[in-house]
Amino acid sequence: MVTDSDQILLSTPLAALHRELGARMVPFAGYSMPVQYPEGILKEHLHCRSQAGLFDVSHMGQLVLRGPGLAAALERLVPGDIQALAPGRQRYTLLTNEDGGIIDDLMVANGGDYLALVVNAACTTKDVAHLRAGLPDEIEMTLLDGQALLALQGPAAAKALGRLLPAVAEMRFMDYRVLSLEGVEVGITRSGYTGEDGFEISLPGQEAENLARRLLDMPDVAPVGLGARDSLRLEAGLCLYGADIDATTTPVEANLTWTISKRRRAEGGFPGAEIILRQIKEGTVRRRVGIRPAGRAPARAHTEITDADGQSIGEITSGGFGPSVGGPVAMGYVDTSHAEPGTPLRLMVRGKVHDAQVVALPFVQHRYVTSS
Amino acid sequence: MSETRYTRDHEWVRIEEEGIATVGISEYAQQQLGDVVFVELPAIGKSIVQGGEAAVVESVKAASEVYAPVSGAVIEANDALTDTPALVNEDAEGEGWFFRVEMSDPSELDSLMDVDEYTDYIQGLE
Repeated sequence: MVTDSDQILLSTPLAALHRELGARMVPFAGYSMPVQYPEGILKEHLHCRSQAGLFDVSHMGQLVLRGPGLAAALERLVPGDIQALAPGRQRYTLLTNEDGGIIDDLMVANGGDYLALVVNAACTTKDVAHLRAGLPDEIEMTLLDGQALLALQGPAAAKALGRLLPAVAEMRFMDYRVLSLEGVEVGITRSGYTGEDGFEISLPGQEAENLARRLLDMPDVAPVGLGARDSLRLEAGLCLYGADIDATTTPVEANLTWTISKRRRAEGGFPGAEIILRQIKEGTVRRRVGIRPAGRAPARAHTEITDADGQSIGEITSGGFGPSVGGPVAMGYVDTSHAEPGTPLRLMVRGKVHDAQVVALPFVQHRYVTSS
Repeated sequence: MSETRYTRDHEWVRIEEEGIATVGISEYAQQQLGDVVFVELPAIGKSIVQGGEAAVVESVKAASEVYAPVSGAVIEANDALTDTPALVNEDAEGEGWFFRVEMSDPSELDSLMDVDEYTDYIQGLE
């Protein structure tokens, strides 16, 4: 039997730097990844919200698609409006299945004569096969295996990255640019997974350590591991694939209907369209909501949710402690009749009833730079 | 007797008063857990059994059980941890104690490790 510890783990181009920084490395999606640095998750999280955090997310899958009729071809696999995605812009969308479930969530950037995709690390192999099977033969797909991906997130991110690449000041949220950093081509998006302003920077693996060191040398930039990445995205109300969304949850149930444009709703033509479009019209039985437990005890994933009478109405899918909130925060699915903010809920934590209520997401307001 | 003894699950226990054991988690355990954000303490009077679940400690990432190093009845819980769970990180083997228990069988202490044995034990884990 192959267990996690028997598995040969891949490492990112920053593995040596992580060790030097004193990171605690853990297996994640087949990679050895830093879960935290010596400062610890709380301080890393708060540093990202107050200044800037540098994340190694090189484990994520980076793909480039090229070919005739590319946007229309990709639209046959995703409900997002790819044809309306202008060159130099990026969009969040979903790969859906015939049941309307979510195969993966991903970012798609328009590079002019190509589309650049970023998919979840644990889904990369599955997504490549799914895309290959679903795209016409004349669409060429390249997996950027040796490419690193760094995320610089936080209110000081633009100032910090601007010291090396002044052009990033011109970018706004969800812009995509290919810039030259001292002769090295870097693909930059103004986006991220923390709710803060920030950038994701794609560059050749062998160049990643140099850029990371130069950013970390800046007094406002500190390394942040996967632990704080998770608490930051949870406070921002952003879904984690495999926890909050998966092949059994639809975009409508997951409250991701906003990712489907008016034209796509009118035209359909994506996997599961019949089910998803009907759900948009008629509603769903359950819905993803924000949940704020009363008191201090965190409610983790798979915690049962009941109504005030003790009737089971759902389950937590992500939950923990929100360092910026200063208390426990969670997301989960509840019966739609209990999805309104302010609805009282009960959580069964270790056999004890804890009060909670439905709250509007996000827990911490997004601070994206939408105009420059 | 005030010698600290340790379990393989990284609890510590110290006898500061005849028949009364103070219990917490080790410095090594707090380092492994990282930032402690919540502690669930046993109720006063609760009867606990050596090796059984006695408390819960939660870091940002996960919840972990704290097992009873000795059997007996809980007579005091460290309420300071309710408001300041970070005491566990700051002083795991001092101010960050979890609860005190009136031991029903003090000979159970013999099965636990002294500090030298525990130091060897955690070195073997790394």
